[in-house]
Amino acid sequence: MTSTSHSASAYIKIFYILLVLTIAEVAIVYMGLPKLLLAGLLVIFAVWKASLVAMHFMHLKFEKKTLAVVALAPFVLCVFLILMLTSDIFPR
Amino acid sequence: MSEVAAMDAGVEPAEAPLTPENWGKLGMWLFLAGDAMSFGCLIVGYGILRHASSTWPVPKDVLGINLTAFMTFLLIVSSVWMVLALAAIQEGNKPRFNKFLGLTILGGALFLGCQAYEWTHLLGHRLPELGISFTNNLFATTFFILTGFHGMHVTGGVVYNTCVLAAVNRGRYEAKHVEIAGLYWHFVDLVWILIFTFVYLL
Repeated sequence: MTSTSHSASAYIKIFYILLVLTIAEVAIVYMGLPKLLLAGLLVIFAVWKASLVAMHFMHLKFEKKTLAVVALAPFVLCVFLILMLTSDIFPR
Repeated sequence: MSEVAAMDAGVEPAEAPLTPENWGKLGMWLFLAGDAMSFGCLIVGYGILRHASSTWPVPKDVLGINLTAFMTFLLIVSSVWMVLALAAIQEGNKPRFNKFLGLTILGGALFLGCQAYEWTHLLGHRLPELGISFTNNLFATTFFILTGFHGMHVTGGVVYNTCVLAAVNRGRYEAKHVEIAGLYWHFVDLVWILIFTFVYLL
């Protein structure tokens, strides 16, 4: 553990943010927003929550860059996967 | 000395190389990157099948999201307990560590209980009502494969954390091992956040 910047109170703060985002997600689903707006908001909230967990709970924010590169690899590969599959998603 | 410092001033300091101290952490990250690809493929596959299908139901109408919102809450809380357990063992506070890692394990076990209940309800009542089953409907197939794959990860995490709890109390494991177990547990939480959004809410 190289960094001293994570204390119990910081973790609790992240927890409250995650909790509020989860409640917000469920709330907007029940609100019956237009489909595209709903999808956009949900994706933003999900990515936001996931990166909070990775950055703070998994300490990626305070880690060596080597580990961040390892962590980033699957996302790059998934984007590649989606690109390669676009011909299946939008058939001619 | 001052010349060297001046020369280095504009350059970012080189990263300290990996040492045997954090090889374990690197190993876990490599495993998780591979595991993320497994989940990535399943989620992307789910998306493509759903996009191509004209009869995909609205997931929240079939599945219900109140129980799963609570399950999301359970995993997030147990993730927080895990970081608190790590903070405790780093301070050398064994009783506090035992308490929080015990709670982490309990949170995971409760999550599995909820999932078992959900699956039983879906397979026994909800899906037959709609006339679909695991084998004749892509929505049901992808749903059970995705949540089942994740549920097995949670099961693995509960076993893993229990082993860590025992090993620390026998004096064989220390803080760095707890940190590695924590990485796995937070990853399981992170994946559930994505599944909850993409499979249940979207």
